[in-house]
Amino acid sequence: MSDRNRRARNARTVEAVMKVVTGACVALVVGAAVLILGKIVISGIPGISLEFLFSKPGMGMRAGGIFPIIVGTLMLVTLTAVLVLPLGIMAGIYLAEYAPKNIVTRIVRLSIANMAGVPSIVYGLFGLAVFVLLMQFGKSLLASALTLTCLTLPVIITSTEEALRQIPSDLRQAALALGATRWRAIYKVILPAAAPGIVTGSILGLSRAAGETAPILVTGAAFFLPRLPDSVFSQYMSLPYHLYVLATQVPNVPPEITWGTAFVLVAGVSIVSMIAGAWRSVQRRKVKW
Amino acid sequence: MTVTPTEKAGRLTGRTTRRRAAEAVIRTLIYTAGLLSIVILLAIAVFLFVEARKSIAEVGLGTMLSGTQWFPTGTPRIFGFLPLIIGSLMVTGVALVVFVPVGIGAAVFISEFSAGWFKEVMKSVIEFMAAVPSVVYGFLGVAVLIPWVKATFGLTSGMTALTGGLVLGVMSLPTVISISEDALHAVPDALRQGSLALGNTRWQTIYKVVVPSASSGIFAGVMLGLGRAIGETMAVLMLTGNAAVIPTNVFESVRTMTGTIAAEMGEVVFGGLHYSVLFSVGLVLFGITFTINLAADLVLERQRKRWRR
Repeated sequence: MSDRNRRARNARTVEAVMKVVTGACVALVVGAAVLILGKIVISGIPGISLEFLFSKPGMGMRAGGIFPIIVGTLMLVTLTAVLVLPLGIMAGIYLAEYAPKNIVTRIVRLSIANMAGVPSIVYGLFGLAVFVLLMQFGKSLLASALTLTCLTLPVIITSTEEALRQIPSDLRQAALALGATRWRAIYKVILPAAAPGIVTGSILGLSRAAGETAPILVTGAAFFLPRLPDSVFSQYMSLPYHLYVLATQVPNVPPEITWGTAFVLVAGVSIVSMIAGAWRSVQRRKVKW
Repeated sequence: MTVTPTEKAGRLTGRTTRRRAAEAVIRTLIYTAGLLSIVILLAIAVFLFVEARKSIAEVGLGTMLSGTQWFPTGTPRIFGFLPLIIGSLMVTGVALVVFVPVGIGAAVFISEFSAGWFKEVMKSVIEFMAAVPSVVYGFLGVAVLIPWVKATFGLTSGMTALTGGLVLGVMSLPTVISISEDALHAVPDALRQGSLALGNTRWQTIYKVVVPSASSGIFAGVMLGLGRAIGETMAVLMLTGNAAVIPTNVFESVRTMTGTIAAEMGEVVFGGLHYSVLFSVGLVLFGITFTINLAADLVLERQRKRWRR
């Protein structure tokens, strides 16, 4: 009897200990996140001013602002969006609505999952070989955007498919029963219903693309080019590459410029994706099928 | 103007025919887009190989893979990948030591010990960590971790495999936690209730029933974290010091495969031997991550089938 009591007590002690141990792991994760956010906000805010955001860099990037860099990043992401969204959304529609249950579909799914894990520098090599050299776009906005298109494609496909799958099939069947063709049912009924999910998934994917450095490093981002790109065939400056340059390639950069750049990058990427994520969960709660 | 029934029917069939035609065009487009991912993945492999051909012919794949020295610009030029491969493995090993226990521990706590609101909070925290660009992790490492490693271990330089590995470990946490948590979440509640009804404590239930049931998913999460760590470029480029010498311990500077490509691609002659060798490095990297990802996907697939009833 006492033996069983002791065993029960021991088991409870072990449980309490393990709760603390696993809780400590969570605390470490949260601590890391808070440290990252806190350090960037505290060190980054002093460098932020209207002048910093809207003027060109000067004195070998040791003074001035980051206006061409912000614009370059936005242009790159916009161009990527124009290229990747139609392809990704159509591929998502294929998987959710058209794909037969066969070996080809299985291979498509495996390829998408595998593409998501290909290192970004490998996409860079691919973009360099195909878009920069073979297609002769040169180091340019277009070559970088095409490279980022390949990199972002799996994210867009997966989130589109997931959004479409949450639409109940009653809607589809009602549309088909009214005489709509398959595409009209998708276009008029299913896509509008799935739009919030598709939009937020796309924003999340594109904000990741905005932070990528390695692929654009070899396909078009300029070390220093203090003017705005004038066509899709010109080089451009970009926030993540600029941060890399300031942090490791240029000596004696005033810290508020480097931290300010990091702040703008993180704020841009994470605020956009957090708003998108929050909006999605609100939408999910609002619409109950 | 009056419309006769035949005209009306004619108009309707005209519209139906047009819609059918549009349907066929759109179906073709959608099928093409659907197959695009296979095409891109194949194209990556093909073009890496095409560009690597010159180096494979002139230096030889075996010589590159077994070479212990990396002097791409010396005379004679020596292209041995071992320093780079071992550098990548060492950094990834350090990352593994960080993200396996912390990641799985955190996933267990979030899935098994915490309330709904806390799960939502942690989802945001993990989303934030995944959203921070790798160059920012690299920069934070340069600003904070390099001086800390240097002072704590009394080294002449804080740019070591340890520094890069610690940052990589943190960067891989979101992947490991979210996939492991999904796997734990997918374990049917009936199993938990059965175990608790037999008198097990929550923890006994977790480590005897829940974790073993979710083990394949957790394994897949670790694999994907590993793939992410091996393929990560900017953070390791900024933090490991990039000395192309086979390291003997984690307090030495290392040069990884990814860092080598990123650092040297800007200085090579396009189409030259060095350029081609860097594509061979890319090919090796692609081969490693492809294998890891494929294995993880197959394991995840099997797990999904297991609980689908």
